[in-house]
Amino acid sequence: MVCDSCQERDAVVNLTTIENNVVRQLHLCERCAAERGVETSVATPKHPLGEFVKAVQEQSIPGASDAGRCTFCGQTMRDFRETGRMGCARCYTTFEPSMRELLRRVHAGPKHIGRQYRAPNDELLEKASVLGELREKLRRAIEQEQFEHAAELRDRIKVLE
Amino acid sequence: MTLDLSLLPDGGVRWLDASGQHADVVLSTRIRLARNVDGYAFTGRARDGERLRVLAQVREALSHMSAMPESFLVRLEDLSPPERAMLFERHLVSKELAGLDVQHPLRSGAAVYLSDGLSVMVNEEDHLRMQSLQSGFELRAAYAMLDRVDRDLGARVPFSYHNEFGFLTACPTNVGTGMRASVLIHLPGLVLTKEIGRVLAGLQQMGLTYRGLYGEGSEVVGNFFQISNQTTLGRSEEDLLELLIRVVGHVIEREEEARRVLLRDAGYIIEDKLWRAYGTLRYARSLTFEEAMNYLSGVRLAAGLKLIRGLSVYTLNKLLIFSQAAHLAAAEGRSLTESETNLARARYVRKALEEEAGAVG
Repeated sequence: MVCDSCQERDAVVNLTTIENNVVRQLHLCERCAAERGVETSVATPKHPLGEFVKAVQEQSIPGASDAGRCTFCGQTMRDFRETGRMGCARCYTTFEPSMRELLRRVHAGPKHIGRQYRAPNDELLEKASVLGELREKLRRAIEQEQFEHAAELRDRIKVLE
Repeated sequence: MTLDLSLLPDGGVRWLDASGQHADVVLSTRIRLARNVDGYAFTGRARDGERLRVLAQVREALSHMSAMPESFLVRLEDLSPPERAMLFERHLVSKELAGLDVQHPLRSGAAVYLSDGLSVMVNEEDHLRMQSLQSGFELRAAYAMLDRVDRDLGARVPFSYHNEFGFLTACPTNVGTGMRASVLIHLPGLVLTKEIGRVLAGLQQMGLTYRGLYGEGSEVVGNFFQISNQTTLGRSEEDLLELLIRVVGHVIEREEEARRVLLRDAGYIIEDKLWRAYGTLRYARSLTFEEAMNYLSGVRLAAGLKLIRGLSVYTLNKLLIFSQAAHLAAAEGRSLTESETNLARARYVRKALEEEAGAVG
């Protein structure tokens, strides 16, 4: 195909322009494309997020659950379309049908086949979490020179350890 | 609190030491894993209290871990904006975590654990962004170190995980492995021979993508490209690493070939161009960041082609980091206007090259 602009060189770029609500397809050679500010040698990478946001916006068929609100964090699909971010882990279950469709579009495959994971058991976790909080409180108590409170916290930490 | 990066070997920039494989072409290998702590809303939707609890929980777990020896905690709220900018310029935290991004002001509970070559950002877009940063082309080594941290931390803190979708992240583009493996590579030969467009298009066909020196949304300056995997779901960590090793290995070969062709077909033109770049850096009185990057790119190529001898890749790598605005301001001990920064940059580069000049010829 010959370049629409110079009618000389081979067209290598397809440029879609919208002027006055009219869509026009232009086929340009590298030089004419460059004159119009279209970089061809080092093309701008397709931004993964750009692609992804497009996929989000194309999701016009709301699944049954899409009307809902995540029970954990209160996020809606509308929030997601605005920010491109999920609110919490539960959102993935709340909006599962839409998510499945979206992930299928933006990724190499629909299912996780990487490292399998099992969360540690609760008892250990709870202890770790309580210890973490107590240590943080202890640090603050010392900072604020509340030494009596600090001593109390230190004893509780010792017991747990 | 003031920032004491001297606690880290080389102030956290040991990845510049050019000790890794193909260090003349590949500056660094970086792998990051995104994880969230179960039971809390993701960072963007979490309340201040939740973010502080996430931090406390991670803090507790890390205090018992051997996978991150001698790590220390930096809370971003305790730092001044210039100090946060320095951490960002050293690639130790993201722009978002440092609160330097207009869209994302500094969050309470934003913190980073730093140790030699490994870091864990807390309360970034995801609760945890674990990162391994190594010199040269070292994907397997970088992953092995990071995997240890991931397994150790994941056994102490429950990560959000879904049987079908894998590790859950705030942005669905990171779901699955949560892994982004990237290689910071210098490709002046392919740019000069104008082959770069084809190479980059090829990357995208292979499911890889590229960015500039500072990750997502940043521009390509100084012929430095960050090549990374584009998708995280539907492929295993091992597969993704294998793909990158294969493709980047091929890109390195193409770059080396391009350099041979340049020397063979345009030897004196190239030689002249690169010595001029060196001359500018040695004698210029004012340099913008972009100029400095581009001339440094030329000098780096000249060193790689052994046209300019006696310049170490390490020195050139360090110049990339230390000639940035926040570092220059820190070295001068005051804030600088843009034109003062350009003057300070030229002064700094001159001095660094002068120190090595005895051997250059």
